[in-house]
Amino acid sequence: MGNFKRILKAGWINFTRNGVVSAAAVLVMTITLSVIGSLIFLQAVLQNSLEGIKDKVDITIYFTLNTSEDKIFSLKGALEKLPEVKAIAYVSADEALQAFRKKHENDYLVIQALEELDENPLNAYLNVKAMEASQYEGIVKFLEGDSAKVLGGASIIDKINYNQNKFIIDRLVGIINGAQKLGFIVTAILILISILVTFNTIRLAIFTFREEIRVMRLVGASRAYIRGPFLVEGAISGILSGLIAMLLFLPATLWLGNKMTTFLGLNLFEYYLQNIWQMLVILLGFGILLGVISSFLAVNKYLKA
Amino acid sequence: MQPELFIKLNLLPSLNLLYLLIAMIYFNNVCKVYPPENVCLDCINLTVSAGEFVSVVGHSGAGKTTLVKMLLAEEKPSSGNVYFQSVDIHSLNSGDLTKFRRQIGTVFQDFKLLPNKTAYENLAFAMEAVGKTDEEIIGDVPHVLELVNLSNKIHHFPHQMSGGEKQRLAIGRAIINQPKVVVADEPTGNLDPISAHDIVQILKRINDLGTTVILTTHNKGIVESIGKRVVTIDKGRIVRDDKDGKYVI
Repeated sequence: MGNFKRILKAGWINFTRNGVVSAAAVLVMTITLSVIGSLIFLQAVLQNSLEGIKDKVDITIYFTLNTSEDKIFSLKGALEKLPEVKAIAYVSADEALQAFRKKHENDYLVIQALEELDENPLNAYLNVKAMEASQYEGIVKFLEGDSAKVLGGASIIDKINYNQNKFIIDRLVGIINGAQKLGFIVTAILILISILVTFNTIRLAIFTFREEIRVMRLVGASRAYIRGPFLVEGAISGILSGLIAMLLFLPATLWLGNKMTTFLGLNLFEYYLQNIWQMLVILLGFGILLGVISSFLAVNKYLKA
Repeated sequence: MQPELFIKLNLLPSLNLLYLLIAMIYFNNVCKVYPPENVCLDCINLTVSAGEFVSVVGHSGAGKTTLVKMLLAEEKPSSGNVYFQSVDIHSLNSGDLTKFRRQIGTVFQDFKLLPNKTAYENLAFAMEAVGKTDEEIIGDVPHVLELVNLSNKIHHFPHQMSGGEKQRLAIGRAIINQPKVVVADEPTGNLDPISAHDIVQILKRINDLGTTVILTTHNKGIVESIGKRVVTIDKGRIVRDDKDGKYVI
């Protein structure tokens, strides 16, 4: 316990006395953590955009004329039990007619043609949204399969617009998957570069202490006792860098929130405030880990003999 | 230096065993060759008894510092063994090596003080490193600073001290844990004659108190003023071992 206190104290004293070296390490780590924080925001924007696109994709199941609502609700109930289904909206034939009239209220010819008919020409339909765009094919297979037929599905379904939209849905699925993969790869590469830059900076900082490490070894200090203060310094750098990066995001997201919300589709300042504790934990945790691991590896090099 | 009688009687193994048992430090046929063929130490055999003051002299590049590095286990011999109190120090694991080093105090030509620590902290660090308590540190550090005549520099950093003061502080650090051996590698190399004289007097006083001292130097005046055992190294070999303190190259 006494040694632990001494190590903590020595780490703090070294950090404050090695002003320029400590400042350089904090600066580089702040840049690294800012990059990581920015990537979190970028992922949020990307995710938000992809969710928006996903939300626009759905399939519509049209029913034959005079299909009873009981049968439609029975099918709706079966669909709701599918784990892939996110939401189902039922639109009756009357609601479909009202919506059609509203949509074409300025189209005189269409309205007149409707007036000429004695009965509602439109079918009731179900609007189905899946959890993922890639799951529509499975839902359609269910509707065309035996389980749906048992419920009377085959006899009451007039058509499903999936086949007309299949091409667009497949492309969207491809784009969404590609964007997610690309985002992940870009994030991983940028994080890796940031880690390497930080590691190199800390390695250079510790390089200047190689003679001191030698002296510490010669006076009989154990490896843990020599390594300890450097790890504490790394942790202090990580904590300070994390806090500075969090502070920098405050004006940056405020500006972006004011100016770019329409373009990005997400108010970054609100996102920042909503996720402030998670981001603090991520940046501080990452900063401490980065500082401690980099210091550990860098000091180890001089502790081998 | 193997006594001829033992060689004639083919009793070298027995002699080695004897040295191993009675000597505090024993270099047994130690060679150090840096690739490709730079021979720094050429089959050195040397024994140092407890309480001795041994000056190791020789030209620059003769192998003095390599000998010291072998003793501090900073370098491994290409062949041969270095024993400290009958233990081969190069076979020690990391933990035991740390404990071994605590028994040896080291002084270097370039002081090697911790630049970000004050005089007090430099000495305290050496005590903290071996697990001494705060009470022991508070008691011993001012006492040792007084011994090396640095009581008035207690809160000074090394860069605020003269060369002689730095070296006295380095000696203070070397003796603060009461080591069995003090190894001083060219401690007067960077000092003016008066400071060098002070350093030698401190080393002699340490030796008088029972600590073994190994001093490497090429300063003839210093060696002859000490008047104790002198080992001369030339081109990696021990060429003389005088008990009467003569400096002959």
